[in-house]
Amino acid sequence: MQLWWSSLPLRVLASTLVASLAILVLAGLLLMQQVADGIFESKRNSAIREASGMQRFMQEQLVLPEMRGVAAYEQLSRLAELAGAQAGQFQVFLQGPASRVASSPTILYQSIPAELTEKVTASDGMFVVSTELKATGSLNATPGLVVGSSLVTAVGERFPVYYVFPLISEVASLSDIRRAVISTGVAVLIGLAVIAYFVTRQVVRPVRNASQTALRLASGHLDERMPVRGSDDLASLAVSMNEMASDLQQRIRELEQLSAVQRRFVSDVSHELRTPLTTIKMASDLLYEMRLDLEPQSARTVELMNTEIERFSEMLADLLEISRFDAGAAVLERDDVDLDALVAAEVEAHRGFADSQGTELRLHRDGDAKAQVDARRITRILRNLLTNAIDHGEGKPIDVTVASDEDAVAVTVRDQGVGFEAEQSARVFDRFWRADPSRARKAGGTGLGLAISLEDARLHQGWLSAWGRPGRGAQFRLTLPRTPEVKLTSSPLPIIPPDVDPRRDL
Amino acid sequence: MAEARKRSLVLIVDDDAALSEMLQIVLRQEGFDTVHCGTGSGAVAAMRESRPDLVLLDLMLPGRDGVSVCRDMRAESGVPIIMLTAKSETDDVVAGLQAGADDYVAKPFKAKELLARIHTRLRRVSALPGSDQLTIGDLVISTAAHTVKRGSITLPLTPLEFDLLLALAKKPTQVFTREALLDEVWGYRNAADTRLVNVHVQRLRSKVEKDPEHPQIVVTVRGIGYRAGEPQTW
Repeated sequence: MQLWWSSLPLRVLASTLVASLAILVLAGLLLMQQVADGIFESKRNSAIREASGMQRFMQEQLVLPEMRGVAAYEQLSRLAELAGAQAGQFQVFLQGPASRVASSPTILYQSIPAELTEKVTASDGMFVVSTELKATGSLNATPGLVVGSSLVTAVGERFPVYYVFPLISEVASLSDIRRAVISTGVAVLIGLAVIAYFVTRQVVRPVRNASQTALRLASGHLDERMPVRGSDDLASLAVSMNEMASDLQQRIRELEQLSAVQRRFVSDVSHELRTPLTTIKMASDLLYEMRLDLEPQSARTVELMNTEIERFSEMLADLLEISRFDAGAAVLERDDVDLDALVAAEVEAHRGFADSQGTELRLHRDGDAKAQVDARRITRILRNLLTNAIDHGEGKPIDVTVASDEDAVAVTVRDQGVGFEAEQSARVFDRFWRADPSRARKAGGTGLGLAISLEDARLHQGWLSAWGRPGRGAQFRLTLPRTPEVKLTSSPLPIIPPDVDPRRDL
Repeated sequence: MAEARKRSLVLIVDDDAALSEMLQIVLRQEGFDTVHCGTGSGAVAAMRESRPDLVLLDLMLPGRDGVSVCRDMRAESGVPIIMLTAKSETDDVVAGLQAGADDYVAKPFKAKELLARIHTRLRRVSALPGSDQLTIGDLVISTAAHTVKRGSITLPLTPLEFDLLLALAKKPTQVFTREALLDEVWGYRNAADTRLVNVHVQRLRSKVEKDPEHPQIVVTVRGIGYRAGEPQTW
C-alpha cells in the first residue's frame, strides 16, 4: 500500500493496464462474436444451398421412370449411395417407413434433434437447426448443422431426409482466430504498458527533478536551479520554479543584508557609545570621590549622576549581550564545572545584598552536580535569579536548591514574595517586562536580565522555567544537561515548589 | 607606597581626546606622570622617547591598529602594556594578548578598576623572604636580579612572564587553577577572563620550553590548570 502511494509510475502503469485489459477483452469478445456469427451465417447459407441441391437431385432421381416399381427401401438405399458419392461435406439420412438409410455411418442418427424430426414430419419445406453431433466411437460432440426436409416418391410417399453438416473446420478456424485475437491482445497490452511506462517516466522525471530541486532549495541551497528544456508544461514548471528560487534567494539576501546591517548598527552604536561613556564614568567617579566637599544639593546631584551612569552602562552591556545573541555570535565556552560549588559561591556573594533587605538565603546543596557548562554564563543566570528573588521576595526567606540526576543538573530559586499570575510565567522572560510597572526596583536591573538568562540557558540546550502564583511567591528553575550530547527530557527538580500543594491550583 | 618614591610614567596611546585627557587627570591625581600619543603610527616612537613604566594602549587607533603597535612595542621592550578595548568579546583581545599585551580593560571601565590594573602591573610578585634562588625544571630563577637562566644563558622574559614563572616556582608542589593564577599574577579577585592565562602560558612556554609541544617547565594538569615542572639537575 505504501509502495502504491509512493510511486506515481506504478499507479499510472497499473491503471493503464487494468483499463486497457478491460477494453481489449471487451473488443476481443465482440470481435469473436461477430466473426463467429459471420462464419456460422455463411456456413448455414451454404448448407441450405448444398442441401437444396442434393434435395433437388434426389427428388429428381426418385421420380425417374426406372424408379417406379422399386421397393421404397431399395430406392432409399440407392439414393443414399448416390448422395454419399456426391456429398463430401455432409452426410445424408433418409428415413424410410420401416428403416433408415445413412450415406456414411460416422454420425449417429441420435444427433438429429427431435424438434426437427417433428417439424419435418408435420409439414413440407426445409428446416435448419444447429445442434451437437455425436459421432460413432467418439464421446465428444462436435457442433453441426442439420437441414431437414422431405422427399416425395412418384407414388406420393413422403420420406423425411436430413442433411448433417459438421462444423469441424469452422470451429477450427474460429479457435485459430481466437488464438490470434488473444495473442494480438496480449501484444497490444504489453505495448501499452511499455508506452505508459515511458510516458510516465517522461513526465515524472522532470517532476521528480522539480521536487528534488525544491527540497534542496528548502534546505538552503539557494543556488539550485532546474534545467529548462523546450517550451512545454514541464519547461514552464521549471521556469516558474527557477523564478521562485531566484526571488526567494534575492529576498533572503536582502533580509540577511538588512539584518546584518541592523546587527552591525546595534553593535557599532553600542561600541561607539563605550568610549564617551568611559570618559563620563571616570569623570563621574572623580566627582563622586569629591562629593563630601560639595554643597549638599550638588553632592546629591553627583550621587544621582553616578548611580544612573552605572545603570546606563549596565544597560548598554546587557543590550550588547542581547544583540550578540540576536546575531548568533554568542559562543559557549564549556568547562567541567561543579554547579554545587558555583551556586554556593554565588549565594555567598549575595548574602550582603540579602542581609540589607532582611532576607534569609537558605542553600540546599546536592554534592554531585558536575556538568560541562560555561561558568561565566551560569554565574550570570544565578546572579539574575538571586537578585530577582531578593528584589521581589519581600524579605521572606529564599530557598536555593541544587539537585542532579544521571543526565542533568538543576537549581531552583524559590521566593515567598509577591509572585505573579500563572499566565505570566512565560512573559517574565520578555525583554523589559515588568510584573508590576509601578513597583520600584531595589537592585536596579536593566529589564534584560531574565531575557539574557533565558538565552544563556538555551545556548546550553538547557531550560529556564518560571512558576508563580500571586501572593505565594515564585520559583525559577534552571536545568542543564551534564554534557552537550545529552538531550533534556526531564529535570531533577519539579517546577512547582514542593511546599505548594498542586491540588489547590486545580 | 613603593611607587610613590619615584613617580611612575604612564604612556597613554588613545585617539579619543576627551578620554585621553580624563585618563591623564585621573592618573595624575593618583600620582603618576603621563605622556599622551594620539596616533598608532607615532606610538612606538613615543615609547622610545619617553621610556614609560607602563603603556595604556587603545586597540582601535587611526593610522595603525593597536595589535600591531603592541607587537612592535613588545619586540623592543618588556614594558607592561594594558589594552583598552571596546570589544572585549572579540578575537581582538586574544590577538592583542598574543601580540604581547599583559592585560586588558574593557570599556566602559571605572577609574578604580583601571587603577587597580595599573598598580598590579607595576607591583612585582614578591619572592619568599630569604630565598634568592628558585629552580623550576632546568631553570634557575634569581628573584633579586629578576633573571631566569638556563645554565649560563639568560632568558629574555617580560616582567609579567617572570611573575607567572615565579608564581609557579614558589609553590612547586601546588597545582594552580587558572583562576588562582589570575588572582596571583593579575590581581583579579573574582574569576575573570581565563584567556589571559592561556595566552600568556603559551607565550611563556615559547620562551622557556626546549620543546613547547612537550612542556617540561610549565606543565598542564588536565581539567585543573598548571604546575611547575620537576626540578632537574643537569
